[in-house]
Amino acid sequence: MFKIAKYIILDIIRSKVLIAYTLLLATICTVIFLSDSDVIKGLVSITTIVMIIVPLVSIIYATTYYFNAAEFTELLVSQPIKRRDILLGEYLGISSSILGAFVLGVCLPVALFALSATGITLMVAGGLVTLSFTSLAFWASTKTRDKSKGIGLALMIWFYAAIIYDALVLLFLFTFSDYPLEKAMIVLTALNPVDLARIMILLKLDISALMGYTGALYRQFFGSGTGIAFSVSMLFIWSVLPVLLALKIFSKKDL
Amino acid sequence: MDTLIELSHIKKTFGKLQVLKDISCHFESGNIVSVLGPNASGKTTMIKSILGMVIPDEGDIRFCGARVNKTFDYKKYIGYMPQIGRYPDNMKIGQLFDMMLDIRNCNKIPDTDLIEAYRLKSMYHKPMRTLSGGTRQKVSAALAFMFNPDVLILDEPTAGLDPFATEILKQKILAEKANNRLVIITSHILSESEELADTVMYLYEGKIKFYEPLAALQMETGEQKLGKILTRLLTEEHV
Repeated sequence: MFKIAKYIILDIIRSKVLIAYTLLLATICTVIFLSDSDVIKGLVSITTIVMIIVPLVSIIYATTYYFNAAEFTELLVSQPIKRRDILLGEYLGISSSILGAFVLGVCLPVALFALSATGITLMVAGGLVTLSFTSLAFWASTKTRDKSKGIGLALMIWFYAAIIYDALVLLFLFTFSDYPLEKAMIVLTALNPVDLARIMILLKLDISALMGYTGALYRQFFGSGTGIAFSVSMLFIWSVLPVLLALKIFSKKDL
Repeated sequence: MDTLIELSHIKKTFGKLQVLKDISCHFESGNIVSVLGPNASGKTTMIKSILGMVIPDEGDIRFCGARVNKTFDYKKYIGYMPQIGRYPDNMKIGQLFDMMLDIRNCNKIPDTDLIEAYRLKSMYHKPMRTLSGGTRQKVSAALAFMFNPDVLILDEPTAGLDPFATEILKQKILAEKANNRLVIITSHILSESEELADTVMYLYEGKIKFYEPLAALQMETGEQKLGKILTRLLTEEHV
């Protein structure tokens, strides 16, 4: 398993896509920090951008890589290696590469310019979002048979998490505005890794008032120690559950 | 001759299409089996079932007597050459061989005959994505033979190879047979099967039409050429 991961990382390092991604993230972060002396504002801007780019790149890159490596996976399956170890090795290799890009592109500038509790929250949240979306990419890839369908499904997941989800929540709020929705909203947030991460960071930034009328409730729930623990563990589940499902599908899949 | 691989009542359906309809057969060591059949007759699916790449809906696959469905350990006795070999784009040929050695953890001395015969060493620094189809086939062939496997499964091995490379491969296959190995080959080139095969299996629409030694087939039909034997046997059925 670790051997496969090692070779995948070596393969990815030699390609230019992930290097471009790292440079893009690093440039965005550095430019934002340099152009504005207010570090907090800078972190907010980075959060906004990171929560769109990171899930998109993670899920699309992992899906594309999975399908491009389909024949390689076939070759490995014909070798005396457990199917489980093959897929886990691939997940480990791909996710750690993308995570590495995130560490170099975002964590490093943030650590240099804005090392604070908020900065660290951003690093952790972004890292977990990377893992969640790579994990989702594996689910999407094993669920579908061909590359175009796989990437289509991956894009749908991203659209759902980054764009459609907010609209759905608004619709939900409008429709049921006569009822107390606080508890329901917390459950709803847990259904979207991007939202979990964003709220984690915004609450640490202490600008939850900007988040409308449920902001206070979030603050009460998420701002406390248990709230952070809840969101981190939910994100953790998002990083593990899809890959477990993918393992289950892959163990029965015809290649 | 020991029975190495045994298939019993293998069935496989893809969607509505039944690709393998109750396949039962066994393969012995020291034998070259040529699997023939029209396109979509289930040749590759059968091979992939043996390798655990396709998981049959029903039936047992046995290797040296033990049931091996959904296990992986027996694959260390098998060398497989796929129809189209594709490898990580950025990896160089040398790295690919090193990786396979590393992954397989083989403690036997690797068989580098084909690497030498195809002069692959001089191309060790070339990335896989820059290779032509034929060179990739050579790499696949070298990989299949590298671990001295007891069973060789070659899926259309000569498609895309030049005549010289084909000849080298044929000699290698015959040498392996002499080492009491089992070689399973699918091919559309009849002259080639005729030259190599001891036993011919003909698949048609997911069933074994016949599976007999070549000599017996020649006796039965009174023909020497495999092409004619096939025409004779298959038209007789239809008439």
